[in-house]
Amino acid sequence: MTSNVAILDVTNIKHTSPGREAVRRLFHHRSALVGMAILGFLVLLAIFAEQIAPYNPTQLLRDVDRRAAPCIHILGCPADQPEHLFGIDGNSRDLLSRVIFGSRLSLQVGLSTVGFAIIIGGVIGAIAGFVGGWLDDFLMRIMDVLMAFPSLLLAIAIVSFLGTGLINALLAIGIVSIPRFARLVRSTVISVKELEYIVAARSIGATQGRLLFGHIIPNSLTPLIVQATLGIGTAILDAAALSFLGLGAEPPRPEWGLMLGEERNSIFNAPHLVFFPGVAIMLTVLGFNLLGDGLRDALDPRLRGTGAN
Amino acid sequence: MLRFMARRLVLLVPVALGILLVTFLIVRLIPGDPCIAMLGERATEAKCEEFKDRYGLNDNVLVQFGRYIAAMATGDFGESIRFSRPVADVIAERLPMTIELTIFAMLFSTSVGIFLGIISALKPNSFADTFTMVLANIGVSMPVFWLGLMLAYFFALVMKDTPLFIPPSGRLSSSVTLVNLVKEWGLTDLTGFRRFVVYFISNSAITNSIITGNWATLKDALWHLILPSMAVGTIPLAIIARMTRSTLVEVMQQDYIRTARAKGVWERKVVSSHAMRNVMIPVITIIGIETGALLSGAVLTETVFALPGVGTMLVQSILSRDYPVVQGFTLIIAIIFVVINLLVDVSYAYLDPRVRLE
Repeated sequence: MTSNVAILDVTNIKHTSPGREAVRRLFHHRSALVGMAILGFLVLLAIFAEQIAPYNPTQLLRDVDRRAAPCIHILGCPADQPEHLFGIDGNSRDLLSRVIFGSRLSLQVGLSTVGFAIIIGGVIGAIAGFVGGWLDDFLMRIMDVLMAFPSLLLAIAIVSFLGTGLINALLAIGIVSIPRFARLVRSTVISVKELEYIVAARSIGATQGRLLFGHIIPNSLTPLIVQATLGIGTAILDAAALSFLGLGAEPPRPEWGLMLGEERNSIFNAPHLVFFPGVAIMLTVLGFNLLGDGLRDALDPRLRGTGAN
Repeated sequence: MLRFMARRLVLLVPVALGILLVTFLIVRLIPGDPCIAMLGERATEAKCEEFKDRYGLNDNVLVQFGRYIAAMATGDFGESIRFSRPVADVIAERLPMTIELTIFAMLFSTSVGIFLGIISALKPNSFADTFTMVLANIGVSMPVFWLGLMLAYFFALVMKDTPLFIPPSGRLSSSVTLVNLVKEWGLTDLTGFRRFVVYFISNSAITNSIITGNWATLKDALWHLILPSMAVGTIPLAIIARMTRSTLVEVMQQDYIRTARAKGVWERKVVSSHAMRNVMIPVITIIGIETGALLSGAVLTETVFALPGVGTMLVQSILSRDYPVVQGFTLIIAIIFVVINLLVDVSYAYLDPRVRLE
């Protein structure tokens, strides 16, 4: 009988792992929920762009006026005219379709540049923090110099010798994001590597590589995840800026920054061509920023309340 | 304090050398022959030889780097390929605009940002607080150039024929011109750093109109700066407001605030002198960090508002492969950025004695 009681007690205890607890906190975080909703919507748009977009993003439409204002049937646009929710751009293409396809490009841009920066910056930071000594000094001085330039301007300078184009712009943004991740990983590695469980692992004969990749890096991931989420927003903004200046994506690619740049002189006679791509950029970046804030609060309760909420 | 500043200045030396190395490499790393990259279609065998001789490209790389540092130290930034005149002159012509814009954007973002942060912190979760923080979240997510375009649309078109009309582009109204102070003072053959300073003062619409006492021009110049400064300042404003709010909320719970209240200090004075002094430390750090965003934002916003500053020139120079100009501007912006960060560190040490004593 006693053993049965014991079993009942065990089943009544709510099992909460730290990970599950973090997820629970994330889903109770107001701004994180808004961020996830925005990003979920964008991911769906990006995946099903072909099915959702009414037209091909690069298709030149006939029988439409260039830079025509949005035509929405329920808002009084004559039913005999084709519906264009966001209007027509300067090359008589459907703006809505271009904005929808832009989400695909924008998410790819954010993830690829930050992925690149995390891998390179993470390796540099982990080596600097783990090995220490002159190598640490050397690597960190290089990072200091890169950080001595305003990041967008350094990206512009790098594009100037790589040549313009989307891939080069992404590479430039990836390079200027490296120091941020290198510093972050270095500082967490340094703070983790003296903890008892690392000393314990070392004392049972774990190799250097196993210590670094098996114990130290997995335990330094929290701030990295937060920084990466926030970094994606910045990367998308910077990539849009380079394309806006004509140094990034090339026409006719449906890139939001490029769409803004191409139509910036139409702001007074066709403001919708500037308005919608800009809102798209803003929503995307807002989504990543809100999720990043939420992740910071959920993963690291010590930092709670330092953000917006 | 002096020792602190001296140590900070010494620490600048390796960073300055690194900046010089990066800007030096920008031109050296251009794929292919720098001569063809720089001269383009005009490149012939003989011209390339002459070009390499002139820029010393036949020498050892280390010798070239040494010569580059020596030239930069005397303010010799080389010659623009596109304009066939010294890069230093091009910088003195374009830099004032960007500096004016950065300073005004900084004033706008810090004053409004700190104000909004204080209001939110003193009444947490009130309507004003929620509104400010939602605005701050949206503010940090907006592309600067898009905000600029939207502001131009609103204030120049929607507000047309109302007193709120603000001009959407240009440095000055077309009827307004600046006096050329360099010619006025007969200083056309100055060289080096002094030439740079005189040209800079002459080309800055603000210093120029103040010196000549031309108040109508000054008013016009400031009027044209409003929209670009708002556009550039919004992202830093949002960040400063968030930072001020979170720090002030924390500080207001400290024991010394309770002590001040207990001894009967006015609430207004508690906030303004007891709390704000401690709030300013992290806020000033953020202002320093945001200087980069301000400079980058200025570069982007100039394109939107057709302002003759560094940004428009930098982009044109990249597209026309005028590398000495790109090099000069990258260097000068990095130097400004580093100097502002130094000033931030110094003010930090002034506000927080612990920093000095470390």
